[in-house]
Amino acid sequence: MSVLIIAEHNNQQLNPATLNAVTAAAKLGEVHLLVAGHQAAGVAEAAKQVPGVAKVLLADAPYYENGLAEEIAPLAVKLAGDYQHIAATATTFGKNLLPRIAALLDVPQISDLTEVVDNKTFIRPVYAGNAFETVQSDAAKLVLTFRATAFEAAPSSGGNAEVVAVEAADQQNLSRFVSQKLIQSDRPELARADIVVSGGRALGSAEQFNAVITPLADALGAAIGASRAAVDAEYAPNSAQVGQTGTVVAPKLYIAVGISGAIQHIAGMQDSKVIVAINKDPDAQIFNVSDYALVGDLFQIVPELISALKA
Amino acid sequence: MKALVAVKRVVDYNVKVRVKADGSDVDIGNVKMSMNPFDEIAVEEAVRLKEAGKVNEIVAVSLGGKKSEETLRTALAMGADRAIHVETDAKLEPLHVAKLLKAVAAKESPDLFLLGKQAIDDDANQTAQMLAALLNAPQGTFACKLEMKDGEVWVTREIDGGEETLALKLPAVVSADLRLNEPRFVKLPNIMAAKKKPLEKLSPADLGVDVAANVKVLKVAEPKQRQAGVKVGSVAELVEKLKNEAKVI
Repeated sequence: MSVLIIAEHNNQQLNPATLNAVTAAAKLGEVHLLVAGHQAAGVAEAAKQVPGVAKVLLADAPYYENGLAEEIAPLAVKLAGDYQHIAATATTFGKNLLPRIAALLDVPQISDLTEVVDNKTFIRPVYAGNAFETVQSDAAKLVLTFRATAFEAAPSSGGNAEVVAVEAADQQNLSRFVSQKLIQSDRPELARADIVVSGGRALGSAEQFNAVITPLADALGAAIGASRAAVDAEYAPNSAQVGQTGTVVAPKLYIAVGISGAIQHIAGMQDSKVIVAINKDPDAQIFNVSDYALVGDLFQIVPELISALKA
Repeated sequence: MKALVAVKRVVDYNVKVRVKADGSDVDIGNVKMSMNPFDEIAVEEAVRLKEAGKVNEIVAVSLGGKKSEETLRTALAMGADRAIHVETDAKLEPLHVAKLLKAVAAKESPDLFLLGKQAIDDDANQTAQMLAALLNAPQGTFACKLEMKDGEVWVTREIDGGEETLALKLPAVVSADLRLNEPRFVKLPNIMAAKKKPLEKLSPADLGVDVAANVKVLKVAEPKQRQAGVKVGSVAELVEKLKNEAKVI
């Protein structure tokens, strides 16, 4: 049996997060990718070049333009007959849509899984990553979301899948897209960056956050993250939050500046390859997971670090 | 307008849970339990809508063992008008919860459903979306702002990279994100008053919902422990180690 992955895109570009799901799903069977959008033929063109994708299903309707779960879920259900698994990456798009599909199919969903053991057995974190459950289901169909950081991204070129147009499902008209406000940034995307520099409450103000964290991120070509405390205090935008309920990251290098290391924050970054913590409190929890700990005043250390990096 | 709020009793968010030695489950025998933090935010939002005159009745619902009653009393103390406890010792999966909530909704006919975006124990983030699907209702997940406008509910959602706003027809299901509001502290007189508010008991059987497990937990394991790190004495030493030892810059 094959796997249907719901592609995430903005009608022009395939979101690279989808590539992680392709890698994860390849363990389950032949991978088909559903591109539901409006005038999204370019996305289907990109999708067909992903090695490991056997078929791209392209559904076009104006009401698929904004990725509304109410509209896309019935389409996935209509196509579900041929598939044993329906999956996506556990981004906000995948988390929003997939449970709706699962409930319409009356089958369980297994969320944010980090390992595929076999077609019905999976491993996933619970309790903010303090435990990992191995779960199994004999349900005829399963809906899955994959944690992006747990699977390599599939390459974006080299494949040549067949693109098949599929008919749209009827419009549901339950919800309407009003507006979107995306934070424009030239930096690498937080979830995919090789280096992440994160700031916490100890930065003290939005001005100091920018004055300290931004130049360090610039010096390293890093994405900027933040703890919940820093986001709540509006030092950084909500989308910068790293943790159980924000973005989960696993970069090569994670630098935590003025972050105490609450359980919920650790949950979002503990799979980073190398963790550096800079904190003036020698007993801060963050030092329990850091590879390199530097105890001291971040307002002295970070500028010094920036000059050392530039030297 | 009637609002239904779903609340879950979970391990307190400050507790770092341990896995049982036999790997069967996490050990929550003697740990502090509280209302799931996202559900507190959902209750708070319902209460604010009532205070603003947009909602006239709030029904809090919880599903689970006997002690879920405490969680419902907390919701009542925060301002819910009455409570429904679907009592069961079964390990409920999100799909079960969604079906049970749908069955409760069939009796109550609320216009707005408020849930937390995820429970901090199973971290599933499914129930609100599943409930919306079963009701054929629209969903406003990860809400950081909610407004009632001309018979619709406008929900601003936290998405990767920013925010988006959707307009939902009623009845609608909304799941609360952290920044929707700051839940109030419960005052003692309200705790006393909450003890007198009505709390109805139901069972999954009363609601005609089968709660047999669809997903079995085979094993629960500790996360991989990280190697203990080292303290470095200076910035120069840190940079040297990042370059030559860790080779990440």
